[in-house]
Amino acid sequence: MSDAPLQKGRAIATRDPGALRFALIALTLAFLGLFLVAPLAVVATEVFREGLGAYLAAIADPAARSAILLTLTIAAIAVPINAAFGMCAAWAIAKFKFPGKSALITLIDLPFSVSPVVSGLVFVLVFGAQGLLGPWLAARHIQIIFAIPGMALATMFVTSPFVARELIPVMQQLGNADEEAALSLGASGWTAFRTVTLPNIRWALLAGVLLCNARAMGEFGAVSVVSGHIRGLTNTIPLQVEILYNEYNIGAAFALASLLALLALVTLGLKSALEWRVRAALSEQRG
Amino acid sequence: MRGVSKSFGAHRALDSVDLAVAPGELLALLGPSGSGKTTLLRLIAGLEPMGAGSLAFDGEDAAPLSIQERRIGFVFQHYALFRHMTVFDNVAYGLNVRPRRARPARREIATRVNELLEVVRLSDLGGRYPSQLSGGQKQRVAFARALAIEPRVLLLDEPFGALDARVRKDLRLWLREIHQRTRLTTIFVTHDQVEAMEIADRVAIMNAGRIEQIGAPKEVVDRPQTEFVRAFLS
Repeated sequence: MSDAPLQKGRAIATRDPGALRFALIALTLAFLGLFLVAPLAVVATEVFREGLGAYLAAIADPAARSAILLTLTIAAIAVPINAAFGMCAAWAIAKFKFPGKSALITLIDLPFSVSPVVSGLVFVLVFGAQGLLGPWLAARHIQIIFAIPGMALATMFVTSPFVARELIPVMQQLGNADEEAALSLGASGWTAFRTVTLPNIRWALLAGVLLCNARAMGEFGAVSVVSGHIRGLTNTIPLQVEILYNEYNIGAAFALASLLALLALVTLGLKSALEWRVRAALSEQRG
Repeated sequence: MRGVSKSFGAHRALDSVDLAVAPGELLALLGPSGSGKTTLLRLIAGLEPMGAGSLAFDGEDAAPLSIQERRIGFVFQHYALFRHMTVFDNVAYGLNVRPRRARPARREIATRVNELLEVVRLSDLGGRYPSQLSGGQKQRVAFARALAIEPRVLLLDEPFGALDARVRKDLRLWLREIHQRTRLTTIFVTHDQVEAMEIADRVAIMNAGRIEQIGAPKEVVDRPQTEFVRAFLS
């Protein structure tokens, strides 16, 4: 199909000079190498510097174990709620016309633009003892700040955009026809959603949940402000890593950090696979 | 329907439309894009909320009826087949989503689906997925799916618009055949006048939200009532 001349056995794909392409690729690889590969390599080497025994002991330490448990608990709360929120928001944005729609889209991106520390601070200002709802909560003996509910709330806020952002473009592209067909055939709204919409968006949904989960488990700033750093009680893995590092317990810090690094790699790998699936499904629909 | 008007914001899609469809007839809504024909169809289906005016099925007021309650079969221009279900499951969908009390037994559903697949001449493709079918096959599945719920009226939105000329011709005649057999009240939207003239019992020419003329194909061509109709059909 291409009538471009063959040069030294390689077809010219674009008209950019070879030197430019080489420079751009080299630059990208250097960037990735510095900010992605090097840190992971450091974690990997530090982790085993003191040997496998020390590594396992660091992870089995009670404070570490409760940190792992808390991280998992908060993720188990924040991720499903944000998945539901993301689906509702994406549905509303993709399928309806309503005033304030662009404002809603901007709002959804808000947690990305606000500093996580500020996000955490806002929760303290609202739910803390001196905060807006402080007296009301104290009267009912409800502890939100410096306790798990507050940490879950802060995590939910900072991870809220992920599912919505994955779903909105996909749902916009899929359009309404499938759902309308289901309704015309007699399915209720909920049944149509369950049997037609969900299967259509499952890969994008999974990708969004994956990102949401990774961020929920790795969140530091907002949770740090809200948690009170009570060792064994209100420390997540990231917070515990900071504490260990500040105590010069480098080996243990890296041991816990390696769990997060592992999570990051698994997330990246799964997400790539899912992106491929999403693209395949969308192009098949267009075809 | 009587006096049906519909606006989308500032755009008047339908302007005081009166239309009576005889039971068992094959009616074509013909007109250029933007004439309101698809809006009219979707209004009948309940896919767009009513503006002004009234709509009735067999004398029964349609306004309080939900999409599901109207028992209409809708066929979309781009098929709207459920891509993660087999052809068989697509056709069976309308029967499978019925509430438990109204749902027929599995064997009954299977019989009905297989009957319909035979009617649309796709009997051995029940296990395939929509992505494995050609455009013409997909549309035939969409037909079977719409027919499965025994609708009281069949609505077709430019059903052959996405197909190439040859397939369009074949399916057009096939539609006429099916209609002769089932005698199901059918309304179809098209911008292709050859299509409309060839198979419809009556043709309604639409323009800018109104029906300019309605009548048998021969009548509309021989005795156009407005300048638009004359120009459109020439």
